[in-house]
Amino acid sequence: MSSTTNPSTNHTSTIGSIGAPSRRNTELALLVFAVVIPVFAYANVGLALNNEVPAGLLSYGLGLGLLAGVGHLVVRKFAPYADPLLLPLATLLNGLGLVVIWRLDQSKLLKSIHQAGSAAPRQLLYTALAIGLFVVVLIFLKDHRVLQRYTYISMVGALVLLLLPLVPGLGANITYGAKIWISVAGFSIQPGEFAKIVLAVFFAGYLMVKRDALALASRRFMGIYLPRGRDLGPIIVVWMISILILVFETDLGTSLLFFGMFVIMLYVATERTSWIVFGLLMSAAGAVGVASFEPHVKTRVQAWLDPMREYTLSRSGVHDGVVHSEQAMQALWAFGSGGTLGTGLGRGHSELIRFAANSDFILATFGEELGLAGIMAILLIYGLIVERGIRTALAARDPFGKLLAVGLSGAFGLQVFVVAGGVMGLIPLTGMTMPFLASGGSSVIANWALIAILIRISDTARRPAPAPAPSPDAEMTQVVRP
Amino acid sequence: MNKPLRRIAIFCGLLVLALLIRDNWLQYAQADKLQSDKQNPRVAIQRYAQPRGDIIVDGKSITGSVATDGTDLKYKRTWKDGPMWSPVTGYASQLVGASQIESIEDGILTGNDDRLFFRRTLDMITGKKKEGGNVVTTLDAAAQKAAYDGLKNRGKGAAVAIDPKTGAILAMASTPSYDPSSFAGIMQKDGNTFGKLDKDKDKPLTNRALRETYPPGSTFKIVTAAAALEHGKYTNADEKTNTPLPWIMPGTTTPLKNEGNIPCKDATLRVALRYSCNTVFGKIGADLGKDKMLETAEKFGFNKEQFTPVRSNPSVFSKDMNTSQTALSSIGQYNTAATPLQMAMVAAAVANDGTLMEPYMVSQLQAPSLDVIEQHTPKKMSQPLSQKNAQILQSMMETVVSEGTGTNAQIPGYTVGGKTGTAQHGLNNSEKPYAWFLSYAKAKDGSSPVAVAVVVEDGSANRGDISGGGLAAPIAKSVMEAVLAKK
Repeated sequence: MSSTTNPSTNHTSTIGSIGAPSRRNTELALLVFAVVIPVFAYANVGLALNNEVPAGLLSYGLGLGLLAGVGHLVVRKFAPYADPLLLPLATLLNGLGLVVIWRLDQSKLLKSIHQAGSAAPRQLLYTALAIGLFVVVLIFLKDHRVLQRYTYISMVGALVLLLLPLVPGLGANITYGAKIWISVAGFSIQPGEFAKIVLAVFFAGYLMVKRDALALASRRFMGIYLPRGRDLGPIIVVWMISILILVFETDLGTSLLFFGMFVIMLYVATERTSWIVFGLLMSAAGAVGVASFEPHVKTRVQAWLDPMREYTLSRSGVHDGVVHSEQAMQALWAFGSGGTLGTGLGRGHSELIRFAANSDFILATFGEELGLAGIMAILLIYGLIVERGIRTALAARDPFGKLLAVGLSGAFGLQVFVVAGGVMGLIPLTGMTMPFLASGGSSVIANWALIAILIRISDTARRPAPAPAPSPDAEMTQVVRP
Repeated sequence: MNKPLRRIAIFCGLLVLALLIRDNWLQYAQADKLQSDKQNPRVAIQRYAQPRGDIIVDGKSITGSVATDGTDLKYKRTWKDGPMWSPVTGYASQLVGASQIESIEDGILTGNDDRLFFRRTLDMITGKKKEGGNVVTTLDAAAQKAAYDGLKNRGKGAAVAIDPKTGAILAMASTPSYDPSSFAGIMQKDGNTFGKLDKDKDKPLTNRALRETYPPGSTFKIVTAAAALEHGKYTNADEKTNTPLPWIMPGTTTPLKNEGNIPCKDATLRVALRYSCNTVFGKIGADLGKDKMLETAEKFGFNKEQFTPVRSNPSVFSKDMNTSQTALSSIGQYNTAATPLQMAMVAAAVANDGTLMEPYMVSQLQAPSLDVIEQHTPKKMSQPLSQKNAQILQSMMETVVSEGTGTNAQIPGYTVGGKTGTAQHGLNNSEKPYAWFLSYAKAKDGSSPVAVAVVVEDGSANRGDISGGGLAAPIAKSVMEAVLAKK
């Protein structure tokens, strides 16, 4: 590791080596807030919509409390030195997501177009499943380095997951445009969410082995290091895959996410800025190319540049071969109407977004009802999760753990940026869900698994090294003072 | 491996920062613009989220609100006697927006007005629902009914009644009218109804009392007479006017014609007004000249929009004319055109001893708690003629009603002054003329509680039958009677 030759970073790689507090009680205290805040929010919605505390308040509070409690106990038992922030932050987001999904369930408009109605109980079930997976990961994954063994299986697994939506009879075209869903036994699954984690495992394993070749065997050209052709191979392959996803599944977001994650991990592994330059150039070329040829992506870009025009086109019912959507403009109005403090939970009109109001666009409801203040808080929570993840990567002692942690946190951060940026009109809209907030099983289950892995890595990183077994014939060590 | 990790950490921080900046831009910098964007459906949703405040006439509301079965827009407006009141209230449709008082006082009616801010905030804290305030009008339900019923029987037309002392509008009717309730919603049928009304060639959506200008014909002779007295051309009603018959318009060889064989040669002002002599008033106009005529006409309110607060179109007295055109203009022809409101103001100014009060129809704005937010105080607009001259003109107009063309407007127990008008229009007077009547009623104590202007554009009557005295005067009379009955 290069840090051994770099004194300025030396100390951080061995953080909390011996005698670090476990911080489990901190986590518990934070969890109390993470449960109580959504419960208050839930009561708030009920009072705003029906002038009464919702009947399900107690069971919701107990349910969320139970899930959080189970999560905490498992962490306490199986990952006692884990980062204390990750679990409470994820719980808070998940709890607030449930509240807002329930709030949108009450909308007559959304019910009438079957976009909501019974999403909240289902989401609570998914959350329970997700916590279940979280527990399973923590119990059975005693050491994240085990995953290293499955590097190439992970690659195959990720490719299969990614291609599943294209299999005839399995792929489901649920949302307009993007073909990123499969339908199994009446459940819709978004394999891309799981592929994110599996792919990170593959990248981490692969790069750990190849990083020296990628970093050192390169020629210098115009100030940047050009990698050798055969080392360039993998990045080209991944780039191709993400472009293929983009073309065949018309999913700009996922492709950007995977490619971005790969570039981040490659950069961390090789410490070569040239990879970033290559990555940016290639993703820019890919995005521009696809945006100009793929009509679905093209419409998204147009809606980003001029949402009002797209709204008008959608309203006037123009038939020109592409689906025009008023969502982008409706989302902007929702945010704007929220203003600084928001209308208050239950008092907004984000249901006007109609399609995907409680999944891809759920952030708009937060924006309208909790205002600038609420969105800033939520964005900061996401930021905290990402930074705690990278902190875990810094603290990790093994390169695989570092790469996996930064890959997962980077992907998480990119996903937040792509979704939130898309909904807020900062970048073109893509069909991805807001982690933890949005309605949808795959997303919440996959992201809880992601948090579980981060917690596992952080536990390994902060765990004090076991005391060496006392050897009976050891002499007393003499301290020699200079 | 830690240096790139730190950079990645910074990069992710920047991503979040970019989102935060964008969010601030959206929810702070752009918030007002997005919030009040007319296309933002929330604007309409909020507007119709609670029952709208009411418009009040004689202490009773002439409007209401009814819950719709639509999903978004909760309440829609209803009107009692919609066609009768629509020239006063205007419409407030979820589909096409609002007009007239419904639009001008929208802030009060929806409760969004800034003056209600404190109360609204208080209500928010106490958990009370937002309510709209009320708009109290000056109108007189009985007079309005008399005007509307009279006009309805006559087809197309308009009538305005004013309280001369204050300028308060007592009646404002326009026919054919429309029921604003018929397109208050946002459904397909509301759109169809509105479309049909909008395309109707009889223009039911136009408030003729304020927005239509008609050639005033002989009723304009009151303005001409006022100009003659004010500019000292004559000093009393019974002075000979030295008008030859026939009278050739200056600069032309055309004699100005009178309607029928009437005693206009060298007639006094009183006689000339009684018989409606074109020659006498045409000559007065020509003699005074364009500028003096314009001065008086503008003092009466011509060439200016009035805000009652609903805007009226400006009535027209041309600013650019030669002498013969001035002569024609002075008998209400050529380009001269007036709204019924304008002519009611003329009658009111004369009845109020020469003082013209600003016409208005909103007397009070009330908060939802019925506290008064704004109270209108009558304001003097101008003094088109002196008290003495106004009284001379009154005596002339009273002669018109007691023994001239306006006998149909006589009311026992009151002194009524008036003037008829039959305005020709169209190319070579090809179209059916408009029948006008202006009048005021005066009680025994000299006070005058009402002045009226009525115009009937009767397409169905025979050409010969159309006359101000025959068609318009009875309507004016019933409106005046309705007002007087309350005194």
